[in-house]
Amino acid sequence: MTTVLPGEQVPAQHVNLKLGPGLLQQTSVGGTPAVVSTRAGEVQHSANRNKWWIEGNSRRYAPAPQESVVGVVVSRSGENWRVDIGSAHMATLDGLAFEGATKRNRPNLKVGSLLYARVSLAHKDMEPELECFDAQTRKAEGFGELKGGFLVQCSLKMCRLLLDPHHFLFPLLGSRFPLESAIGMNGRVWISAKEPRQVIAIARCIEAVDPDGGGMDEAAVKKFLNTLDV
Amino acid sequence: MPRPPSPSIPEKEFVHGALKQSLRVDGRAMLEMRTPTLTFGPELGWVECAMGKTRVLAQVDGKMVKPPPERPLEGMITIHSELSPMASNEYEPGRPSEEEVTLTRMLDKVLRRSDTVDKESLCVLAGQRVWHIRLTIHILSNSGNMVDCACLAGIVALKHFRRPEVEVVGDEVTIHHPSERAPVPLSMHHTPFCLTFAFFPDPSTPPLLDPSHLEETLSAGLLSVALNAQRELCVVQKAGGIPLAPDDVLKIMDIAVTKARELDKLVEARLEEDWKTRNVEVR
Repeated sequence: MTTVLPGEQVPAQHVNLKLGPGLLQQTSVGGTPAVVSTRAGEVQHSANRNKWWIEGNSRRYAPAPQESVVGVVVSRSGENWRVDIGSAHMATLDGLAFEGATKRNRPNLKVGSLLYARVSLAHKDMEPELECFDAQTRKAEGFGELKGGFLVQCSLKMCRLLLDPHHFLFPLLGSRFPLESAIGMNGRVWISAKEPRQVIAIARCIEAVDPDGGGMDEAAVKKFLNTLDV
Repeated sequence: MPRPPSPSIPEKEFVHGALKQSLRVDGRAMLEMRTPTLTFGPELGWVECAMGKTRVLAQVDGKMVKPPPERPLEGMITIHSELSPMASNEYEPGRPSEEEVTLTRMLDKVLRRSDTVDKESLCVLAGQRVWHIRLTIHILSNSGNMVDCACLAGIVALKHFRRPEVEVVGDEVTIHHPSERAPVPLSMHHTPFCLTFAFFPDPSTPPLLDPSHLEETLSAGLLSVALNAQRELCVVQKAGGIPLAPDDVLKIMDIAVTKARELDKLVEARLEEDWKTRNVEVR
């Protein structure tokens, strides 16, 4: 597949065209709409050529709506919380954007708390906004404050791989010891296990399997885990 | 982003808890240093030092200048280091952060004030011409412990550098091009190595060597010790942080002596390896 740089035109044409991450539709001077890439990577499309996207890797997160992210609370501004999600701007989280929150009954967050939230509004010219409940059901569904555990930073491609149910890493680790994780699309993964040694093993495995840091395959990870005494 | 957000509460609690059990997040032992990887460039005096993900580039350049009137018999050494946003997104260009000031002062103390290079040997013609050696340090990536990495890169660059040979006949000075006469190494008194130890608020946690970025941010105090392989102490720097008992400091000195010897062997081996690949004829 072809590799493109930001700003290059992509020949995406279909009656029912759907543009995925990294592609933008721009009306050129003549009036004809042109599809332009906004990221560096490989152009990929679905079999019937109606879905197009850019597959690339980077460490800097650009917020997109409906993505789940792990954020760190930085400060409070009135009723809202300012949360760092690794993007160019801090995100805002309304104090009431939690399941069952009312003016009298609010979750007690502190500066430095970790949150698992969903990006509800992301525009390149505005600060992103977060919500801590599912869009359809308006229930927590796993969003909210993350207590205990540890935070691992990885590349964006790695967290997409971890979210793939067919990827080998978490089932392999889970077969050895119970673990909990919250994977953010912004390159941050929260992990929790009973012993600190197990958490450190998970963190080192994530860094080893990361395409940036070597990209270990399953057999190598098994050997690596045997040396770690978990 | 000008100011980085401090580590989150779960990270802080986990690291403190794991360190109580002497477990480091990257799997190293408490007193294990990341092995430095030294890469030499095509020019003499160009060294890149990588300790894990922390990478520093050092370059040495020399030119002849007129010495200042108060020191007519000595050469001059200047060290230039600047932290750009390339090192980490915490640093802003133009405004020296606290870390940058610490780095500059430590480099100055370890590489210049401890008399590593013999300045009198840099004098060519008293009062007229001396060598001005410039060491430039670029921090390419900060993943913890920039100071040690920068000092190591600097000292290896100074050892790697060769200045052109100079001939003085009466008042005439002839600089020979490296292709005519083999360039000459700088005359160095000793080779100091810098080692940084981090301490944590809980008194039962032992100190650890070569902190990573997260460990540095969460530490309660940093102690930097510079010494050479001959057990001579050059610099001790402890800027604030929790108080230390004299016994702790002496224990750290013993550890530092062993590590300095290991580093010395490693540096010498790498320099020799690199020197063999270069073709410098001596006629």
